[in-house]
Amino acid sequence: MILNWKLGGLALGLVFFAAVLLVKPIGVSTQFVILDGILWNAVNPEVVTQTTDGAYTSTNAYLAKSGGKYAKSIANPLNYSFVFVLAMMLGAFASSWLRNGVPASEKLMPAIWRNNYGDSTAKRFAIAFASGFVVLYGARLAGGCTSGHMMSGMMQTAISGYIFAAGAFAAAVPTAVLMFTKEA
Amino acid sequence: MSTIFLAVIIGASFGAVLDRVGATSPNYIGKMLNLTNLHLAKAILLAIGVGSVLMFGGQMAGLVDVGHMSVKTAYMGVFLGGLMLGVGWAASGYCPGTGLAAAASGRRDALVYAAGGLLGAAAYMLTYPMWKTAGLLTGKALTLGAVPGAEYDALVPGVSGDLAGILVGVALIVTAYVLPDRIISSPTTAPAE
Repeated sequence: MILNWKLGGLALGLVFFAAVLLVKPIGVSTQFVILDGILWNAVNPEVVTQTTDGAYTSTNAYLAKSGGKYAKSIANPLNYSFVFVLAMMLGAFASSWLRNGVPASEKLMPAIWRNNYGDSTAKRFAIAFASGFVVLYGARLAGGCTSGHMMSGMMQTAISGYIFAAGAFAAAVPTAVLMFTKEA
Repeated sequence: MSTIFLAVIIGASFGAVLDRVGATSPNYIGKMLNLTNLHLAKAILLAIGVGSVLMFGGQMAGLVDVGHMSVKTAYMGVFLGGLMLGVGWAASGYCPGTGLAAAASGRRDALVYAAGGLLGAAAYMLTYPMWKTAGLLTGKALTLGAVPGAEYDALVPGVSGDLAGILVGVALIVTAYVLPDRIISSPTTAPAE
């Protein structure tokens, strides 16, 4: 059910190539900001505004940066990058469904976690939530994530991609070696 | 509208392949990062290498629009942010893309992860001026060599960016093949109580 690395890697590489051939390199983490902005703007419509010359801006400095490109995406959620992420989820859902879904024992926590830290859903969810927080905070500070910096960046020989990968693995490998001493 | 159509096709393919290569499973991510099963590392290295060779080869042949390249700026925050991401990536087994894909595949902890991610991204939106003032966000968008037709500066001027890209791509593919299946050979036993 899991493709071997040669086939899987080739398929993934072809998707990276198709993305840059047809549109632009793949990236995901910005869309967390866009969804936040959509929600924030729904609660308070003054967050994202359109100036008289048609450009978009925001009361939030981050959303207003780079000529208001995030503000523009928030005002127009039907844009390439946002739809790309929604479609990615749809593709993962379909692929998972076709292999009969995630096994029941894996739905709340993965085996590697259970074998090291036991059955507590609260514990797993707390770590998952905190991890999501630091990962997305870090990704926005870095200006991209594993997709945009590591995969797309390294594919383009972007120096930022190598710097990001160095930082990510320098932290991730010791963390995983220390945290997961028992195998799944 | 056609770009939206492409977003659906490329996005869905990306999500499906991530799932099939095992990247939506924190078990594979965890075993890659604790160096006991490098299946996923090999797949990712091969993928980046294949993408690189095709992209730079295509650009040299004039078949791929150089304008589609999108090289991000290199600055201090890239490394710091990478460190932060690395800790959470290892602890949860999810990065932003695979976390969302895993949530869609039916993993509930990934849904919780995504909620944490939305909050983390919101926290960054509010604290962004602090990093900017500290000067940690300024830098340059650089590629290894000079890519003809692209406006990015080269780390090593005078080197052909296209050839450098193809060579690095080939090196990544070779690395994928020579990398052992695992580096930590036997499961380390838990420390004594």
